[in-house]
Amino acid sequence: MTLPVHMLVMPILVPLLAGAIMLMYDERRRQLKLSIGLVSCLLQLGVAMALIDRAGGSAVEGRNIVTLYLLGDWPSPYGIVLVLDRLSAVMLLLTALVALPALLYAGAGWHRNGQHFSPLFQFLLMGVNGAFLTGDLFNLFVFFEVMLAASYGLLLHGTGRVRVGAGLHYIAVNLLAAMLFLLGVSLIYGTTGTLNMADLATRIPRLTDAERPMVHAAAALLAGAFLIKAAMWPLCFWLPNAYGAASPPVAAVFSLLTKVGVYVVIRLGLLLFGAQAGLSAGFGSNVLAAGGMATMVFGAIGVLQAQDLGRMTGNLVLVSSGTLLTVVGLALIYDDAPMLTAALYYMIASTLALAALFLLAEPIGRKEGGIAGLLAITAEAFGLDAEDDLDEERAEQNRPIPGATALLGLAFLSCVLVVAGLPPLAGFLGKFGMLSGAIERVTVLPGLWGHWAFVVLLIVTGFCALVALSRWGIQSLWANTDEPPLPVLEILPILMLIGTVALLTIEAEPALRYLDRTADALTRNQVYIGGVMTAPPVGPDPS
Amino acid sequence: MELILSLGIGVLVASGVWLTLRPRTFQVIVGLALLSYGVNLFIFAMGRLVTGAAPIMPKGGFVNPEAYADPVPQALVLTAIVISFATTALFLVVIMASRGLTGTDHVDGKERSP
Repeated sequence: MTLPVHMLVMPILVPLLAGAIMLMYDERRRQLKLSIGLVSCLLQLGVAMALIDRAGGSAVEGRNIVTLYLLGDWPSPYGIVLVLDRLSAVMLLLTALVALPALLYAGAGWHRNGQHFSPLFQFLLMGVNGAFLTGDLFNLFVFFEVMLAASYGLLLHGTGRVRVGAGLHYIAVNLLAAMLFLLGVSLIYGTTGTLNMADLATRIPRLTDAERPMVHAAAALLAGAFLIKAAMWPLCFWLPNAYGAASPPVAAVFSLLTKVGVYVVIRLGLLLFGAQAGLSAGFGSNVLAAGGMATMVFGAIGVLQAQDLGRMTGNLVLVSSGTLLTVVGLALIYDDAPMLTAALYYMIASTLALAALFLLAEPIGRKEGGIAGLLAITAEAFGLDAEDDLDEERAEQNRPIPGATALLGLAFLSCVLVVAGLPPLAGFLGKFGMLSGAIERVTVLPGLWGHWAFVVLLIVTGFCALVALSRWGIQSLWANTDEPPLPVLEILPILMLIGTVALLTIEAEPALRYLDRTADALTRNQVYIGGVMTAPPVGPDPS
Repeated sequence: MELILSLGIGVLVASGVWLTLRPRTFQVIVGLALLSYGVNLFIFAMGRLVTGAAPIMPKGGFVNPEAYADPVPQALVLTAIVISFATTALFLVVIMASRGLTGTDHVDGKERSP
């Protein structure tokens, strides 16, 4: 492996530098900023691919290589570390895959609707990437805050009454979550004397009877913060409003933010309270499983009730994270590696499809009449009047492509297939994997009502999504025949996202093999712990 | 000292929670500020309460850790103060924008109809 030594810190440094450089330029030089942003996103994509390779070793061996990067070069459990393993590599790649199309889409005109769109976008990516890479709890907090601060700015991008109202609620909720996070982190430090996740995991089985309740309380506080981010019912009421109000490219990257919450729950849940945690094993798993299922129900009802595609997709985000949280909860009790594999695969596919749906909402909604008319009313309420002038201006800049409705319809259909979990696309494979994992478990150990409930819910929520989305699709795509103006810069990112899902479907075998190893390493936490405590650090040789 | 500190944190957090649940944006932001004071004191208290001990150890050789205060929570609380200060300032701007756009200081942007 001859990767450059500092590759591991690149996912944080590249967006930071790109964002900082953009701030040097005047606000009017938007094209330049956009180009810098696109270069930065491409670089991140390249780095993420290299890191995927790095974390997995060669595909044939399928090893789990945990790589450390010592920031400040202090020895491992004491200094601040960045840790790369398979899960974080997968999440980095997913981030890059969603970020690039979203930024490209913003290039069609959205970045002109307010100030500092491009730098904020880069800082958001820096926070997200940092949260995936960090190996200690306090830096996780810092990266969370970087990500959230940027997301506040992006949510308010374009302003307008609805956005400011939704932003107000979003910021208040997230400030409260940040305080829960701080309480949990400091309580963990006060009780165990460490903030390093791997070190903490080695200490949990050896806690005294007096310390254990304190650590559990701290974990519950932390979980409160992460589950607000991952939007588990009943902590999810902020999400459909905020995501529905955000501009489409912002909503598309926001579909990643819930996955950051899910990532942390997977990471910390399985690391700290997996089967190896002694008396603490399985702590909170029931809450996760039950809460996840409640989220699926809540999301499915929300999808059926929603009037426009933005809100509908917001509720689908809830269904997606509810599904993942349920699987994590079940995996914590029963060590279900096969279900976890399928869930990770489903997570990638559904995040890409949801981002594409958020992007699709606008071009489809631009048509007149029907539900689209309703959308136009909503758009007015969003304060997007200035957008109309921009549309004309944009129509001249970007030549609309012919056959727009057919293209949009096909893109929409692909997204529906993924989200509802129908063949042939990746959503089906993920859901099928989860279903077969759950049913396999039930045939071995009958009487697991949690698994049965999950199986039923998975099918029912898919059905609800199908009903709601096809109803919306028929009314807005088929009900009128006039071609909407469709700039290339808007359809290209959508096609990129769908192309990625298609690639994920075609290359399902290597992808699933990779994720299988990931899930395997997650359920045996000594892989991560051993990696962090003993792996040779990346960086100049200390001797 | 323990009693005073824990009472202080308790009172700050209780008033913060109550104010955060009020319908006016000004009450919410004061509540969030009080909450963050309570949380910051809590982080500080997690390093154990000692009086007259320096948090920085002299270089080299064995030192008795009992004689020094834990520096980590102090570093954590500094970071937390900076971050909460910045986000509170941002929140204040959003509140002003909301007041300007909606003409009311209700958190939902409209008064509850009687």
